[in-house]
Amino acid sequence: MGARAARRVDGVTVTGAPAGVRSSARIAARGDGRGGTALPVLESEGSFALRRTRAVAAAEARVMLVGAMSGPLGGDHFTVEAHADEGARLHVGSVAATLALPGQAKGEARYDVRLTVADGARLDWLPEQLISAGGSELRVTTRADLAPGARLVLREEQVLGRTGEEPGRLTSRLTVHHAGRPLLDQELACGPGAPGGWDGPAVLAGHRALGQLVVVRPEFGTDRPAAAVLDEAGTAALTPLAGPAVLVTAVAPDALRLRRTLDAALLRLA
Amino acid sequence: MHLDHSHDGPAAVSADAHRPDGTRRALRIGLGGPVGSGKTATVAALCRALRDQLSLAVVTNDIYTREDAEFLLREAVLPPERITAVETGACPHTAIRDDISANLEAVEDLEDDLGPLDLILVESGGDNLTATFSKGLVDAQVFVIDVAGGDDIPRKGGPGVTTADLLVVNKTDLAPYVGSDLARMAADAKEQRGDLPVVLQSLRSEAGVGEVAAWVRARLAAWTA
Amino acid sequence: MTRAALLVLADGRFPAGGHAHSGGAEAAVKAGRITGAAGLEEFCRGRLHTSGAVSAALAAAAALGVDPVALDGAADARTPSAALRVAARKLGRQLMRAARTTWPHPELDALARQFPKGAHQPVVLGLAARAAGLGPEDAAYCSAYEGVSGPATAVVRLLSLDPFDATGVLARLAPEVDLVVRDAVDAARRAVDLGVDALPAGSAPLLEIGAEAHAAWPVRLFAS
Repeated sequence: MGARAARRVDGVTVTGAPAGVRSSARIAARGDGRGGTALPVLESEGSFALRRTRAVAAAEARVMLVGAMSGPLGGDHFTVEAHADEGARLHVGSVAATLALPGQAKGEARYDVRLTVADGARLDWLPEQLISAGGSELRVTTRADLAPGARLVLREEQVLGRTGEEPGRLTSRLTVHHAGRPLLDQELACGPGAPGGWDGPAVLAGHRALGQLVVVRPEFGTDRPAAAVLDEAGTAALTPLAGPAVLVTAVAPDALRLRRTLDAALLRLA
Repeated sequence: MHLDHSHDGPAAVSADAHRPDGTRRALRIGLGGPVGSGKTATVAALCRALRDQLSLAVVTNDIYTREDAEFLLREAVLPPERITAVETGACPHTAIRDDISANLEAVEDLEDDLGPLDLILVESGGDNLTATFSKGLVDAQVFVIDVAGGDDIPRKGGPGVTTADLLVVNKTDLAPYVGSDLARMAADAKEQRGDLPVVLQSLRSEAGVGEVAAWVRARLAAWTA
Repeated sequence: MTRAALLVLADGRFPAGGHAHSGGAEAAVKAGRITGAAGLEEFCRGRLHTSGAVSAALAAAAALGVDPVALDGAADARTPSAALRVAARKLGRQLMRAARTTWPHPELDALARQFPKGAHQPVVLGLAARAAGLGPEDAAYCSAYEGVSGPATAVVRLLSLDPFDATGVLARLAPEVDLVVRDAVDAARRAVDLGVDALPAGSAPLLEIGAEAHAAWPVRLFAS
C-alpha cells in the first residue's frame, strides 16, 4: 500500500479527510505505415500501469492494463483513455478484475473510460470484470466516440458482490457515439440506494452478473445480424442497434457463466 | 372523438376515402362474429373467389397472434405479403372498435407496400355478439354466425346481428345434425334487421361463398362509382 | 390551455394503440418472473425507474421544444432491442394519428412527415402534450404513468389478477412516479441547453432480452 500512501500525500485535494487517489492511463495507437500498429502514447500514473504484450495478429498492438493496487475505493477517481487513430489496430485488456471497495474517503469513487476510434481503425476493448464489493460506491462512465468507418469490439461485465456478498452501489453508463450521433446509451444502477426494482423481474431478477458486448463494423450498416435470443433460459440476446452495430446483453448467476455466454456470442459474430 | 376529415399528409385520418397521394384507397370490409362461426373459412373462400379479378389483401385480428393468418397462409389463398396479423392484447373487440389504430396502420401499410388495392378484408378475432367494427376502420361489415351456435342467435339480436351490413348464417349443411331451424333463423333475422340482407350459406355446397362474393362485388362497384 | 387536456391524453381509452402492448409483462409472466401482485409491483417499479424514466424525460424534452429528431435519435440509442424500437415506433405512429386528429398542430404534422412510419412514442407524446397546450411535467406524468399502467392492465388479463390488486399496485407506485417525473423534467430542462446526452439512459437488461424473446414467439397475446 506504499503507492497509495504516497499518492495521498502529494494528492491535489488533501484537506483534512483523506482524499481519494487519482489514477490515469493513456494509450494512443496509430498505424506505423508498415502494416503494424505503433503506440506513441503509453502513459500511466497512480494505480495504473500499462504493459505492451505480444500481439496475436501482426497488425495489432496489444496493451494490458495493470492495476498496481486494489481499488477504486471511495473518493478515488480513475480515468483511462484509449485512442485508436488512423490505421491502428489496438487491443486493450486487463490482467485482473477491477474490485470496487469501500474506502475511508467520503463519497463515491469514479471510473471514467474514454475511447476514440478513427476511420479504418479498430479497437478491441476487452477488460476483465468489474466487481462491486459490499459497501462500495462506484460510478462508472464509458464513452466511445467512433468515426463513420471505425471498428469496435467492447465488452463490459459487472459482478454484483463477491461470492455470497451483497453488492455495493454501482452506477454504470455506457455511451457510444457513431459519426457524431448517439448509437448506444445505457445506464444500469444497482445495489443499496439504487432506484427501486433493480433486482426485480424487469431488470436483474436476482442475477448477480451482467454484461454487454458491443460490436461496431461498417459492414453492419448494410448487413446486420438479425436479433436472436442466445440461450434457452432467455438470459442473453443479440440485437442490431439503429446503426452499423450489434449489442449482446446478458445476465447470469455468476461471472463464469456470463463470460461463457459473451465468448460464445463473440464467436458467433466472428 | 370527432373525426375531422380535413387533414392531409402522412397517416391521414382513418375514415378518409383517399390515400395521402390523392388516389382512392381500397374498400375495407370487416368480418366479425363469434368464435368458430367460420369467419376465417369465409375469408379464405372470398379470397379464392375474388383474387383473380381484384387486387386484395387481408388483415387478421387473432386472439392468439397469427393463428388465423397462418391458416390463410397454409391454405395459400393469397401470397404471404398480402396477409397481415394484428395483435389485440387479449381484447379483439377493442382493436376493431374502441382503438382501431393498429388496424389502421396495418391497412395503410398494406396499401403502401403493395401499391393500390381494390379491397382489404379485415377479419376480427372471434368475440361476442356485441363486437362490431368502428366506421373509422371499415366501410362495411359482415357478421358471421353459424347454425351450430344455436338457432336462437338471430332472435337474441345484439349489435352484430342487428346492424351489420350483411349477416351470414354459416354452416347450413349442419342444421339437421344440430337441430337448428333454418326457416326460424331467417325469419328472426328478418325481424331484427328489416331491409338489411341475410345470406344463408354452406361453404361445402356448390354455391359456396358465391352470394357473399356477389355482395362484396356490389359494394365495391358502389365504392368506385 | 386546459389542464383537463391532460386527462384526455392520459386516459387509458385514448385510442393510440396501447391496449395491445404489455410493456414486457407478457414475457415476464411466461418466464415465471411475475406470478402475482407482488411480482407485478416489482416489475413496474423496475420499469418505472429505467425505461419509464427515459421515456418520461424524452416526453418532457419534446414538450419543452427540444428538436424531436435529436430526441428520436436519443431514443434509438436508449432502446437497444430492435423489437422494442419497432414497438416504440408503431405506438408513436398510432399516437400521432390520434393526436393530430385531437389537437391539430403544425409541429405534429412536421414530425409525421419526417417519420411516416412513426417516431418513438415518448417523443410523439411530448409533442402531443405541447399541441394540447400542456407542459413538460404533464407530458412526463403521462409517459411515466402509462409505463406502469400498461403492464398492470396486461397482467390483469394474463394472470386473471384481481383488478383491485393491480390498481393498488399503481397507487403504491404513485409517490415514485412523482419522483421520476421531477427528475425527468429536470433532465429535460438540462437537455435544452446541453443536448440530448443530458437525458437519462436507464436500462433494464431483462426487459431488453425478454422483448427479443417475445418478438420471436409464434403465439402471443400482446404486440410487445
